[in-house]
Amino acid sequence: MKRELYALFAGGLFGVGLFISGMTETDKVQGWLDVFGQWDPTLAFVMGGAIIPMFFAWRYTNNRQPVLGGDFPAKPDPKVGRNLIIGSTLFGMGWGLAGLCPGPSIASLSYGGWPHWLFFAAMISGMIFAPRFRERLDSMVPAE
Amino acid sequence: MQMDWIMGLVGGAIIGLGAAAYLLINGKIMGASGILGGLVDGSGRDSFRERLFFLAGVFIAPALIVMFRGGIETQATTNVLVLVVAGLLVGVGTRIANGCTSGHGVCGISRLNLRGIVATVFYILAGGITVVLFRHILGVI
Repeated sequence: MKRELYALFAGGLFGVGLFISGMTETDKVQGWLDVFGQWDPTLAFVMGGAIIPMFFAWRYTNNRQPVLGGDFPAKPDPKVGRNLIIGSTLFGMGWGLAGLCPGPSIASLSYGGWPHWLFFAAMISGMIFAPRFRERLDSMVPAE
Repeated sequence: MQMDWIMGLVGGAIIGLGAAAYLLINGKIMGASGILGGLVDGSGRDSFRERLFFLAGVFIAPALIVMFRGGIETQATTNVLVLVVAGLLVGVGTRIANGCTSGHGVCGISRLNLRGIVATVFYILAGGITVVLFRHILGVI
C-alpha cells in the first residue's frame, strides 16, 4: 500500500502544480503557442520551474536506489526514431487545437465541464487505437 | 496578468517536486500519458494500482482546491469536432512518441536526454503552427 500512497501524493502535487501554473487553462496554453498573436510566455516559466527540481533529482539518483526499493529508470536509448518525431508532431497538433495535454486534461476534469470530458474521452480512444496505428506505421516502412 | 509568470514558476516548481517525489520514492518517471496509457492498453498491468492512485491524486487535488477556493473559468472550445480530433491526436501521438509534456518535457529535458529535447521541440513547433493556422488563417479556434 505504501507505493500507492506515495503515488497518490506525487499525483496530488502534480495536480496542484498544474492548477496553479495555469496549465489547465486552455487559453494560456494556446497563448503560449500563438507566436503571431498575443504571445503569452507563462508556459516557459512553468517548464523552467518544473525542470529545476528534476535536474537535481536526477543528479541525486547516481549510485542510489529509490526509497521504496528497486532501481531507477535506466538511461534510455538516445536514438531519435521516426515514431518519436511523428508522435510528437501529432501530439503537438492536438495540444494546439484544444490547449490541453494529458496531465492537465485529467487535472481539469472536476471543474472544466463537458468539453474537458469530451477531450478526455477522445484522448483515451486515441490511446486504445495507438498500438494498431504504430503497427501500421511499422508495416509501411520497415522499423528503424 | 503580471502575476501570471510568478504563478507559472511556483506551479511549475510544484510539478517538478511531484516528479521528483515519484522518481526518488517510487523510482518511476512521471509521464502523464505513459501512466494513463499503460492503464488504458493494459501494458501497465504490473503496476495497475500505483498508476491508478497517481492519477487519482492528479484528479482529486485540483478538485479540492476548486471546492474550497472556488473555480476558474474554463475557456476550452465548445466545438465538438475540434475537441474530438484534438483528443484523438493527443492520445495517439503521445503513445507513438512514448511521452508528452511531463515525460519528455519535464523528466526528459532535466535529464539532458536527447529524445526528450527533440520531442519537446517537435510538439511545440507543431502546436505553434497549428494555432497559427487554425486561429489566424482558418479562424476555427
